Amino acid sequence: MNTSRNHRHWIAFTTLFTREIRRFIRIWPQTLLPPAITMTLYFIIFGNLIGSRIGEMGGFSYMEYIAPGIIMMSVINNAWSNVASSFFSAKFQSHIEELIVAPIPNYLILAGYVAGGTARGLCVGFIVTIISLFFTSLAIQHLLITISVVFLSAVLFALGGFINAIFARSFDEISIIPTFILTPLTYLGGVFYSITLLPDFWQQVSLLNPILYMVNAFRYGMLGVSDITVGIAFAIILICIGLLTAFALHLLHKGTGIRH
Amino acid sequence: MKALSIQNLDKTYRNGPHALKSISLDVEQGDFFALLGPNGAGKSTTIGIITSLITKTMGHVAVFGIDLDQDPDLAKSYIGLVPQEFNFNGFQQVEDILITQAGYYGMPASEARPRAESVLKQLGLWEKRSTPARALSGGMKRRLMIARALVHEPRLLILDEPTAGVDIELRRSMWHFLQKINAQGTTIILTTHYLEEAEQLCRNIAIIDQGKIVENSSMKALLQRLDQETFVLDLKHALTTCPQITDIPCQLIDDYTLEVEVKRGDSLNQIFMALTEKGIDVISMKNKANRLEELFLRLVQTSGRQQ
Repeated sequence: MNTSRNHRHWIAFTTLFTREIRRFIRIWPQTLLPPAITMTLYFIIFGNLIGSRIGEMGGFSYMEYIAPGIIMMSVINNAWSNVASSFFSAKFQSHIEELIVAPIPNYLILAGYVAGGTARGLCVGFIVTIISLFFTSLAIQHLLITISVVFLSAVLFALGGFINAIFARSFDEISIIPTFILTPLTYLGGVFYSITLLPDFWQQVSLLNPILYMVNAFRYGMLGVSDITVGIAFAIILICIGLLTAFALHLLHKGTGIRH
Repeated sequence: MKALSIQNLDKTYRNGPHALKSISLDVEQGDFFALLGPNGAGKSTTIGIITSLITKTMGHVAVFGIDLDQDPDLAKSYIGLVPQEFNFNGFQQVEDILITQAGYYGMPASEARPRAESVLKQLGLWEKRSTPARALSGGMKRRLMIARALVHEPRLLILDEPTAGVDIELRRSMWHFLQKINAQGTTIILTTHYLEEAEQLCRNIAIIDQGKIVENSSMKALLQRLDQETFVLDLKHALTTCPQITDIPCQLIDDYTLEVEVKRGDSLNQIFMALTEKGIDVISMKNKANRLEELFLRLVQTSGRQQ
């Protein structure tokens, strides 16, 4: 092992990242298939059956309008749950110890898991995008914005899943936050509607929901319409990524949930 | 050079016991070192701190001269750990576990594959390379833990009760394997409850009890301090009372079993002569306990009384 330290770290990172990707591909009936089925149902029920009676929204058919939100929702959920379940399983089965005893800096452990979660989020997002093409046509207006928003959102929620798993002491505790916080915020984040339809008070309340910014920035990238300023959305996402990264590294340094 | 140097290591668990009380310990490069102690003495805490699984309260740990706090990456790269409990991903295949572990230590897959093959063959697991770890027998899982710890070629191998629950044949084969890699230059630190194992394998020993080192010397010097041994004699005919033998304390355990205590260096002939005079036939004899076991119990009991 006469390789340089940076090269050894790179190998360690790619080993962890590859392991994460192989994991979610190996268990695809649990990781890739369910979101594909669920999102297909969203397109059929909300987009096709109900949407045809709603008419246009923001100058687009209802199906076109909700497609970016549904794609983003699947990216967020899967980026989060991949890291939360993988890291918690590693804790539960104690094989997280393989990483703790190895010469891997904390930031690379975090990067490996977050990269794995981001990869699954983007993979599911791609599958849902393909599915959406069976229901509507999607023309991307701003490619760079679309790609950067979906990527950064996946990173952000992968970080969230990591922190969730650090604190979790049972499998129940890794489903509490997605069920009671993430899903309601996603539904209220403008996936299915424009916040301009809401009374002024609820519009202001909605602006406190970070998912609103991601959904709208992504929608802007695809359709060219948004309820918020895209620059603010990027700023919020980047600030949240910075804060969660610092918090996750602090927890790893302290050994919270993984060391005695 | 010291493979491991521990200085004033102290650990108090949050809302828990004071597990280590400022212990200091050195292990020389190339040594086969035993760290012994009763349950809860602090052995696993010590190993946990050396391997970064447990955070210390105070003190310093250096591995081959590298301070664990100052350069944890380099210090950790020298260590291979075989923990007490199985801690691999049961869904991963045996060979994958080794290649993944080697990757964590920065070994590229092109180097890791032949290395994994070599280690798995040495430990008799090569035929099981494509088997998920959870499908292995208990003994195979133990060997897999050793293989995983060795795949990155550590200079210091730490084994925390590696033969717990392992049958005698496998235990002996693991002893031979460990002796071989020690002879090749790997420093080994072993904790075990089988004191015979420590006596057979280790050159130096530390005994830890209630968070303190109560003994730290060479195995030879320690065993020389044993001043008496107990022998168990199986008798041909039943006895109803314990025979009186001058200067030799004895005890009748049951009708056919007699225990005698002999001072180190004393002849056993006088026992047999005395028994022959009394018409008692001995059909077999064995040492009651492993020599180290007797010393261990004595040291731990002494330490307990001093608390």
